[in-house]
Amino acid sequence: MGDPSRPATESIERSLDSTLESVDRAEELAVALARRSGFDEEDLMKIGLAVRESMVNAVVHGNRYNEHKKVRFAASVNGNRFTVRIADQGEGFDYNNLPDPLTPENLLRTSGRGIFLIRSFMDEFQARHVEPAGTEVTLVKFAVSKQIP
Amino acid sequence: MSVKLSTRQVGDVSVVDVAGRITLGEGSSALRESLRDMVGKNQKKILLNLGDVSYIDSSGIGELVSGFTSVTNSGGQLKLLNLNKRVKDLLQITKLYTVFDVHDDEASAIRSFV
Repeated sequence: MGDPSRPATESIERSLDSTLESVDRAEELAVALARRSGFDEEDLMKIGLAVRESMVNAVVHGNRYNEHKKVRFAASVNGNRFTVRIADQGEGFDYNNLPDPLTPENLLRTSGRGIFLIRSFMDEFQARHVEPAGTEVTLVKFAVSKQIP
Repeated sequence: MSVKLSTRQVGDVSVVDVAGRITLGEGSSALRESLRDMVGKNQKKILLNLGDVSYIDSSGIGELVSGFTSVTNSGGQLKLLNLNKRVKDLLQITKLYTVFDVHDDEASAIRSFV
């Protein structure tokens, strides 16, 4: 960050269908914005996967592939702060009461690692109920400024 | 590209060369079906070569775990070969790296099957 050729602020918003193609699309958009903002490959991988996992939750668990329900996707960069918001129109979900996938009894479960990975890869993660229905998650990653000797 | 799977035999070990993306949808389904088919055919020694896997998400990890459990419960062994940094990091962060028997060399992986 700190490169004058890179945008200090930029934002994108999309209303996406509840499909797996939308998962791919959101990931592409987020990674492209993050790349323009100066994140390195390691962070781009983390951002991409966190967005993918969040979109899957919205499409599959929130909206249940319902063609009449949309996923609101928004990504923005402001200085060194990269933010993604993803909102579904589902019945709501308690993100604070999830089983720990790392405990011995859960380690060999075939699902339940998505939120853990999001929290591991992003610097901030929040989930809230939105009106009239659905859940919105906010993912934030901070770019580390490069020191110029 | 989604995922491409090809299977070859090295002695009594079935080596599955996996290339592409193991993500929710085509990729994870294809891996699931392939492993299910092999368990159904009573194949006891399975080596998943993940050297050309470019991307894996939590669903893909779930299919690896599911395959491992199915093969193990049927009295077989499923091992992993050639993990790139991305896959290795994900398995480490989810504490699955020590669950699987992971190898960097095919010949030694083949020899490790009992």
